[in-house]
Amino acid sequence: MDMSSLSNAFQSNVDLSYIIILSIFLGVEVISKVPSILHTPLMSGANAIHGVVVIGSIIVMGRIHENDYISLVIGFCAVFLGTLNVVGGFVVTDRMLKMFKKKK
Amino acid sequence: MSVLIVIYLVSSIAFIVGLKQLSHPDTARIGNFTAAFGMIVAIVATIFLYHNDDGTVLNNRSWIFVALIIGTLIGVRVAQKVQMTQMPEMVSLFNGTGGACAMLIAIMEYQYLIGKSSFDPNNHIWLVPSHEISFSNLLIIVVGMIIGTISFSGSIIAYSKLNGTMKDISFKGQHVVNLFILFSLILYVILFLYFTPLRSFYLSSTSQSGILPIVYLLIACFIAFIYGIFFVLPIGGADMPVVISLLNSFTGVAAGIAGILYNNRVMITGGILVGAAGTLLTILMCKAMNRSLKNVLIGSFSSSAQNQTTQKQAGVYKEIMIADVAMCMAYANKVIIVPGYGLAVAQAQHSCHELEKLLENKGVQVKYAIHPVAGRMPGHMNVLLAEANVPYDKLIEMEEANSEFTTTDVVLVLGANDVVNPAAKTDTTSPIYGMPILEVDQAKCIIINKRTMKPGYAGIENELFFHAKTSMVFGDAKEIIQKIVAEIKAI
Repeated sequence: MDMSSLSNAFQSNVDLSYIIILSIFLGVEVISKVPSILHTPLMSGANAIHGVVVIGSIIVMGRIHENDYISLVIGFCAVFLGTLNVVGGFVVTDRMLKMFKKKK
Repeated sequence: MSVLIVIYLVSSIAFIVGLKQLSHPDTARIGNFTAAFGMIVAIVATIFLYHNDDGTVLNNRSWIFVALIIGTLIGVRVAQKVQMTQMPEMVSLFNGTGGACAMLIAIMEYQYLIGKSSFDPNNHIWLVPSHEISFSNLLIIVVGMIIGTISFSGSIIAYSKLNGTMKDISFKGQHVVNLFILFSLILYVILFLYFTPLRSFYLSSTSQSGILPIVYLLIACFIAFIYGIFFVLPIGGADMPVVISLLNSFTGVAAGIAGILYNNRVMITGGILVGAAGTLLTILMCKAMNRSLKNVLIGSFSSSAQNQTTQKQAGVYKEIMIADVAMCMAYANKVIIVPGYGLAVAQAQHSCHELEKLLENKGVQVKYAIHPVAGRMPGHMNVLLAEANVPYDKLIEMEEANSEFTTTDVVLVLGANDVVNPAAKTDTTSPIYGMPILEVDQAKCIIINKRTMKPGYAGIENELFFHAKTSMVFGDAKEIIQKIVAEIKAI
């Protein structure tokens, strides 16, 4: 294992590191003021957002050779599962939030 | 490519704004739409605008579209059909599919890189040009796959447990076994990475049998899968919400790591944002239960501690007639309802709201005391009661409720158990010792509705049931409430 290659990788990806670190602070900041009544919808909404992983599966899928059927099937499953995460997550969250009607 | 970068930026902003809006009651629903908008834009833009490093566009678009459409149809159908009471396991299931997606991506990415390698038959090694696959690339693939896999198998176990199809399984020395699996996993990954030096890439250098290189990755995947199962298996009782939240942040991290692999900004921001937010939410939940994350993960709701408390409590409880309950509540000044999982199971939220309105009309002040971890998820009760149109201002949080119990005439506990167990305050041997509870014993009269005398989800006896001020009403929460409503109307 080569530590210098790791630090090289870090240096060539400084902006990436910034994005990651800032995202961490942002994630913490956004959640810290949440009233407990919104914990479940928020968890569910966050659950839908990490469904962004489906983009990765689309990219992988798009690089597979047309005749590589095993990979195509695996890729198909990946896109399908990722979509389930996104769509299911957002719909479930909306269903929950629909019930939070204002009554004054 | 530049258009895609701008779109990804827009999507990232949509995620951040959406998450921010989701954390305020007034804007929560818009926030969900904002995030969904960002997601749709990012997905569509990826399909049409993404170019590989060599400038080629994506292949297999028809396959991608079919998978997207089927996923959407099934996702919408499942999400709309699910009962509100089953929300926790639904979130867990969708979380698992995200983890599985991250796992499959890593496996395929690895296979893709292998495809660029060549097999040297003389030395029985696979050679990959080092600019194609670097150490950091390999590390990212393996770590992303492992986190995704743990999240996947863990979520499925959490799903089956919440579903009731699987019981808590704990055996002696379980966390030793868990640690053993974890260390084997780490050791294997180190070996895997070590035998993959940068300059020339040996994937099966020691093997004469020509085992496919992918097998070595799949072994890591398999160990991670097993670990995910064992990781969630012993965790039970009140700790389930914490685990779901933790697995949620795991999947976020896995998505972020996959994003690093493709240098894909929207995946990184989305994934890491959720990873960080989920981790904080997990910690907040642990704090609400006054338990450390370490205790939760080791699963200290051990059977030995349960036995001690179960043996100690065997007092007498008294039952109360429905008519008496109705009388008690109708002539009270202030009633506080403490909902728990029993309310969710019985789907009693609507009847409960009816009871509340009826009492209010009779001039009784009615409030709901919400424990942060009542039910199977934080905010579970809020969602349920909101479904029944109970206004927000009737729901009070734990601290406020505890200051109000002394002036309360009747507390009606509906299917809640562990969150009102005084053992959390008094009994140092109790597994829930130290968890803040709703101090309902401060009220003048306590009425507890349960289906049976069985202990709650954490599996511990509750001395509150044997308290002098406590009366028990056995039965399904919905039926009981409907009977109470009928009785009050008859008064």
